[in-house]
Amino acid sequence: MVPQNEFIQRDRAQHPPALTPDYKTSVLRSPRLPLWSLQNSLSEVTGPLFRLKELGPLDHDLILNYAKTGEPIGERTIVHGRVLDGNGRGVPNTLVEVWQANAGGRYRHQNDTYLAPIDPNFGGCGRMITDQEGYYAFRTVKPGAYPFRNHVNSWRPAHIHFSLFGSGFAQRLITQMYFEGDPLIPIDSILGTIPDPAARQRLVAPLDLNAAIPIDSLAYRFDIVLRGTRSTVFENKLQGN
Amino acid sequence: MNGKLDYLPETPSQTAGPYVHIGLIPQQAGFEIFENPLGNVITGRNTPGERICIEGRVLDGLGAPCRDVLVELWQANAAGRYNHPADTQNKALDHGFRGWARTGTDFVTGLYTIRTIKPGSVVGRKGRKAMAPHVNFWLASRGINIGLATRMYFGDEEAANFDDPVLNIIEQPERRKTLVAPRSERDGAIIYTFDIHLQGDRETVFFDV
Repeated sequence: MVPQNEFIQRDRAQHPPALTPDYKTSVLRSPRLPLWSLQNSLSEVTGPLFRLKELGPLDHDLILNYAKTGEPIGERTIVHGRVLDGNGRGVPNTLVEVWQANAGGRYRHQNDTYLAPIDPNFGGCGRMITDQEGYYAFRTVKPGAYPFRNHVNSWRPAHIHFSLFGSGFAQRLITQMYFEGDPLIPIDSILGTIPDPAARQRLVAPLDLNAAIPIDSLAYRFDIVLRGTRSTVFENKLQGN
Repeated sequence: MNGKLDYLPETPSQTAGPYVHIGLIPQQAGFEIFENPLGNVITGRNTPGERICIEGRVLDGLGAPCRDVLVELWQANAAGRYNHPADTQNKALDHGFRGWARTGTDFVTGLYTIRTIKPGSVVGRKGRKAMAPHVNFWLASRGINIGLATRMYFGDEEAANFDDPVLNIIEQPERRKTLVAPRSERDGAIIYTFDIHLQGDRETVFFDV
């Protein structure tokens, strides 16, 4: 049975290749043989689905979801946008998960030993389900830049990690969002793994002053596109496509 | 891609980085935040199916275990049906079994462990031939620029594996073996050992799905 709504072949030119020597860790962790191309079966067009009731009421509020003695330090920031598929349709009811460093550039992680302090009121992760049109929003503090051991003086621009599911496991995607105007963006070894400048630019979220809350929070807009689905007119059905 | 056709290009992938645990498996990062962690328990007491444990390591090009890898699994239930509306096979659906799990390789040993049930066989793309029982894997980590998709097949399903339409598209029979996990028993538990080689002589077959 050819699955209905199989996904459009991934355009690998939009993505970083596996081997990117300037990002040194990729050298030993990159497959060297070609991927075997697999036409979609049920195993690829299906994937885990999540319900709003599985999440807690503060899961999308990083300012409050780990607040212990007060609120976290940092620039109060709203990030919002829409999850779309390659056909331009909103992706409803899909899980969006985010994680980030605190305002000083330190992650709440036992392996992070950067000297910037842990914020006792900031966990650094959140999650939400898109609405019926694919929109999502969360509130956080803007993460700081931080150094990492790639070159001696390598720094990551401020960024937020995103994890997305879509409706099928073949749409699974992890990426990072950057903030418009960050001077570290053009020299980042991680963003630089993406060969196409236009593709890199799509990870840079513009300031969205209209979505800011006056006297409260700035806002950035980040739309995400997952793979679209293929109309298999002659393989599946002849009409009603 | 032809821009005139109005398709939107996919958002580019970026590495999950060394701290992927914070967002996706915070208990491994060292803290509790969400009341309901997702994906760490896949089966309930009443989930039908043979209880199994899948474990292994993810090895880099020098054979060293990668100790910070996110491992996700997606599978059908014991009857061979996915818990998803696109799967319309006439088979029992177990609503309590989502079929998805995630974990991380251990910071010290590099081992990952997933306790689940053995899936049944799912119909293949052509409809005529069933796919051998398998679970779908997806890996992300520091140094992996775009998530890696692969499948694990079961070592005790020799006849079904021999006929599997996906294993058979892999030209070299030697490479098919990288997807087949041997079965063993330890302390009464059924163990399937699935080591994933990111590169090297035994590089695992990864799929462009």
